[in-house]
Amino acid sequence: MAKKNDSDSKTQAFEKALAGDQAKRYVLRLYVTGSTPKSVRAIRNLRKLCEEHLQGKYEMEVIDIYQQPELAQNADIVVTPTLVKRLPLPLRKFIGDLSDMEQVLKGMDITLKS
Amino acid sequence: MQQGKQRSYEELRLEKSPTGIRGFDEITQGGLPRGRTALVTGGPGTGKTMFAMEFLVKGATEFGETGVFVSFEETPDELIANSASLGFSLPELCESNRLHMDYVRVERSEIEETGEYDLEGLFIRLSHAINSVGAKRLVLDTIETLFSGLSNASILRAELRRLFRWLKDKGMTTIVTGERGANSLTREGLEEYVSDCVILLDHRVAEQVSTRRIRVVKYRGTEHGTNEYPFLISGRGFMVLPITSMKLDYQADEEHVSSGIPRLDAMLDGKGFYRGSLLLVSGTAGTGKTSVAASFADAACRRGERCMYFAFEESDQQLIRNMRSIGLDLRRWVEKGRLMIVGQRPTVHGLEHHLMTMQFMIDDFDPAMVVVDPITNLTQVGIISDVRAMLARLVDHLKGRKITVFFTSLTQGGADEEMTEVGISSLADTWLKLQNLETGGERNRAITILKSRGMAHSNQVREFLLTSEGIDLVDVYVGPEGVLTGSARVSREADEKAREAALRLEIDRLDAERKKKRALLEERIARLRSEFEGDERELEGRIHLEKLKMETMIQKRKEIGISRKAET
Repeated sequence: MAKKNDSDSKTQAFEKALAGDQAKRYVLRLYVTGSTPKSVRAIRNLRKLCEEHLQGKYEMEVIDIYQQPELAQNADIVVTPTLVKRLPLPLRKFIGDLSDMEQVLKGMDITLKS
Repeated sequence: MQQGKQRSYEELRLEKSPTGIRGFDEITQGGLPRGRTALVTGGPGTGKTMFAMEFLVKGATEFGETGVFVSFEETPDELIANSASLGFSLPELCESNRLHMDYVRVERSEIEETGEYDLEGLFIRLSHAINSVGAKRLVLDTIETLFSGLSNASILRAELRRLFRWLKDKGMTTIVTGERGANSLTREGLEEYVSDCVILLDHRVAEQVSTRRIRVVKYRGTEHGTNEYPFLISGRGFMVLPITSMKLDYQADEEHVSSGIPRLDAMLDGKGFYRGSLLLVSGTAGTGKTSVAASFADAACRRGERCMYFAFEESDQQLIRNMRSIGLDLRRWVEKGRLMIVGQRPTVHGLEHHLMTMQFMIDDFDPAMVVVDPITNLTQVGIISDVRAMLARLVDHLKGRKITVFFTSLTQGGADEEMTEVGISSLADTWLKLQNLETGGERNRAITILKSRGMAHSNQVREFLLTSEGIDLVDVYVGPEGVLTGSARVSREADEKAREAALRLEIDRLDAERKKKRALLEERIARLRSEFEGDERELEGRIHLEKLKMETMIQKRKEIGISRKAET
């Protein structure tokens, strides 16, 4: 269920972003807890959002903190599910199952194609 | 069967987890409830974080229980710095895996709420942290911060309830800190979830002096002291003073020790005072209390004992200088490490702080004698009843360690001089009263023993002299005019001397006359005797002559008879 990038491409993405492309490229991480209903909903909502609004300019990683609890501490996760927008800056956290799509888009500074 | 029943009672009894915080384990009879959650609440700056931190540090260092500190407010670096001031080395504990610190930051400005959520992330982090060091103790400081970061309070409440139940199931001994609200123990009503043990910390300022207090508001299933207890946050951690530990079970020492003033020893049954007793010297200003105290201290140092001198009115240098004027060289004892003079205005600290600092210093220095000069200065810091309680505690603490305690107490002129301001006199074993007697246009010092438990003691007033060789006591003159001291005593003594000299002269004169008369008599006797001897000789001569005459006469008569051829 998780689409995982290897560390090389992550670094590349980061460097690319630093090179001035951050307005275009979204680096997103979703922290979930196994396959609870909220987790599943959050993943589904995020996929939908990326496909509809960020086609071709996003990198997404889903992390199950049941399996990697140390990552929860590193990313300072308290609430699950949490979506962390690492790029473009500023860093932002979206908590909850992302069902309030409008709020997410607003927070990501994405204007809706109407 | 009965055995089985007993065992089950044992099991039922609430197990406790010692905090290692001095005094706190006493008032809670063992510490916090093991495997349960305790709430520590109080206003800002009351020491909640440090209380919790000491619980973990002592757990790791003294009770072999590792701990996890989850901070919602302070970063690990801040915690390390703050704890260092209490003498805890957190990095060391972290490196040896006895302590784990986790900083949970919930910044509202970074967060968008987009739907349903839960605190599973926090659970996972806690669980991970607990497992990574095998923790038995946990601190959540201050979990209420979550309420300001997350807007959905109903989710939070449900999750917190779940969290506390989860912690209980895991058997974690937990401290949750909370900030005191206006009308409730905590702002968010955490006390609703944490029902086993609630501890309230308080920091109040009365008459510009701050005192910290701790109170066990609730402790389910156990006895606990319900009073407010003063506490201190010092360079050696958190300290609670149990007010009620007033058991009078210290040993009474039979040994006498000298006061350093020979005449005073003589007044005290000839041996001085008891070791480990409380001596009180009271008197108005300038009666020589400090000098007596310094003499006692000097005597202790001479015996090779250590003495600690708390001077609330003078600096150590000043005290040394002043005492040199009465021939006491205190400097050498300071240099030899036998005497420690602590010059400090009590107003610097609050009362509890003061007492505890004193106890710490005394424990460190381990003296045989402690002087507090004067105790009355402590009333500037606290209410008299507090001061009395505090001094009683200090005295108990010291007597328990067989330390002789010497208090001086300033009595106000005009007040009843046999009443010490602090009302400590009932605690005192030996009470000396110094007073100024004003007669004949001068003031003179006098000393009396008001009481001395367990020994015969003099009831006499003695005049008390401060000389360049030390303190001397002299008898006062008690005559028809009353008690005389000072120059009145001296002039009275001179009068007496003159009268004595006159009498002596008279005696000499009479004796001379007696001798003369005797000589005359002897002379007369000698003369009579010589006269008599002359007469005697003459009479003897005559007797001899007459005898001769008589013999001659008899001889003649015989011759005549023969010539007559008479028959015989």
